[in-house]
Amino acid sequence: MAIHNQEMLLNMGPQHPSTHGVIRFVVKSDGEVMSEAIPDVGYLHRSIEKIGEICDYNGFMPYTDRADYLSAMNANQGYAMVVEKLLKLEIPRRAEYLRVIAAEFNRIISHILALGALAMDVGAATPFVHALKEREKVNDLMEALCGQRLTYNYVRIGGVSYDMPPGFTERSLAFLDNFEPLMDEFDRLVGENKIFIERCANVGTISRQDAIAYNLVGPNLRASGVDFDLRRDMPYSVYPELKFQVQVGRGERGSVGDSYDRFIVRVREIMQSMKILRQCFAQIPEGEVLGDIPKTMKVPKGEAYVRTESSRGDMGYYLISDGTDHAFRLRIRTGSFTSMSIIPKISQGMMIADLITLIASLDVVAPEIDR
Amino acid sequence: MTFQEILKTLQDKLGADVVQPTTDLAGDPFATLPAEKLPEVLNFVKDDPRLQMDCLSNLTGVDAPPDHLDVVYHLFSYPLRHSFVLKVRIPKANPKVPTAEKIYPTANWQEREAYDLLGVVFDGHPDLRRIMLPEDWLGHPLRKDYKEEQEYRGITTTRPSLLYPEQ
Repeated sequence: MAIHNQEMLLNMGPQHPSTHGVIRFVVKSDGEVMSEAIPDVGYLHRSIEKIGEICDYNGFMPYTDRADYLSAMNANQGYAMVVEKLLKLEIPRRAEYLRVIAAEFNRIISHILALGALAMDVGAATPFVHALKEREKVNDLMEALCGQRLTYNYVRIGGVSYDMPPGFTERSLAFLDNFEPLMDEFDRLVGENKIFIERCANVGTISRQDAIAYNLVGPNLRASGVDFDLRRDMPYSVYPELKFQVQVGRGERGSVGDSYDRFIVRVREIMQSMKILRQCFAQIPEGEVLGDIPKTMKVPKGEAYVRTESSRGDMGYYLISDGTDHAFRLRIRTGSFTSMSIIPKISQGMMIADLITLIASLDVVAPEIDR
Repeated sequence: MTFQEILKTLQDKLGADVVQPTTDLAGDPFATLPAEKLPEVLNFVKDDPRLQMDCLSNLTGVDAPPDHLDVVYHLFSYPLRHSFVLKVRIPKANPKVPTAEKIYPTANWQEREAYDLLGVVFDGHPDLRRIMLPEDWLGHPLRKDYKEEQEYRGITTTRPSLLYPEQ
């Protein structure tokens, strides 16, 4: 019998258990070693940008939740900021603090879900359950704040929809007191586990040059050794008043920019977010939470591009207004989209099993790729 | 560097009539240039030590009715922390722009998206296919004159309203 030794085409997804949503890969492989993994995206395209041209400005806010449902607060905030930039609207300081509180809580639960999913994808199911358990507690807090557990629709153009309910500060601080040692334990349990390290270290290494050339953002960019965080370097909202350290990958267990670095950067960013939250609760001023804004707003003619640090990094809203009550063009630039575009390059020469680690460590969220 | 300083650097290099600024609108100012100058300009802003714009943060297309399309480049410099907006205006009859893929690899997918949703053709792109929509989709939905098809492969794209059946 003749032995076939040509390249094999393997179809992974769109409903593979570990592709984090509906993503398809066409894998070209020689045995276990891939020569290329070609992502096929678009299964979750809901034409949110087109909807943005049809809805009025306030009406579009719930759709930003759906653009990135794991980090809806950050998506809300970016959209509100781009409209406020064109309107030249000052928002109340209490609202700015509430936005940051909500966004940082959202960053914590988005990151911890990513970490749990990464651990599950390399074979440890338990950390994912622990991650979900902690996420539920934050979801309870979010529900108390805005009435929703996933798609918050909390931020309004000109402020936020509700003030904190009574007792919210105490509940949040109690959660943080409880969560801090748990996160430390999570880090030691997963991050110092020999099997986990061997599955992640030196896997899917992305160099600093590639990370910038392919426009990786957020934790993925920082893991590759680029010391850049929009919250510190192009500050918006009340971030200049808050102290935190930007976490950068140092190649502790392998090389700089490998999957382990992306894991450990997220762990440390959770710690920093907790620090930011404690400062916010200590500093938040009294006052209004929603400024005086007209019901139907006419945004002046012009365009603006606003970048905010979402959980998956730099989320950019590019808004063009023609002076009417709805956008002429609204573009949402997301981190997951550019993260996916680097996979054909990085996957060359990798093992098929390591592709799972790479996808999970890049923390791609399918609705955010496709929008 | 501010917008004006970057603009002046570009105008010194290419001539003041090639790079046209628009600064009188609300929000961010931007500069418009002809499509054929684009690779030269992108190479210049990326390599020039005064600009060092190593990151193409966003690339997208915008319909400019009635018969033009804009392609927008949001550039950013990690070392110097400044940004700049470039626009290229092309006719819908011949929507061709040179690709930026060789200069900024991230443009590969973003150009595919602009091609898919707006029908901008990027000359020299290695893999210009639809990315969001199915390959047999008709038209480019983000154009203002796009008409939605009544059905796609026998599946209707509209549903009767349950609340108001007569509509």
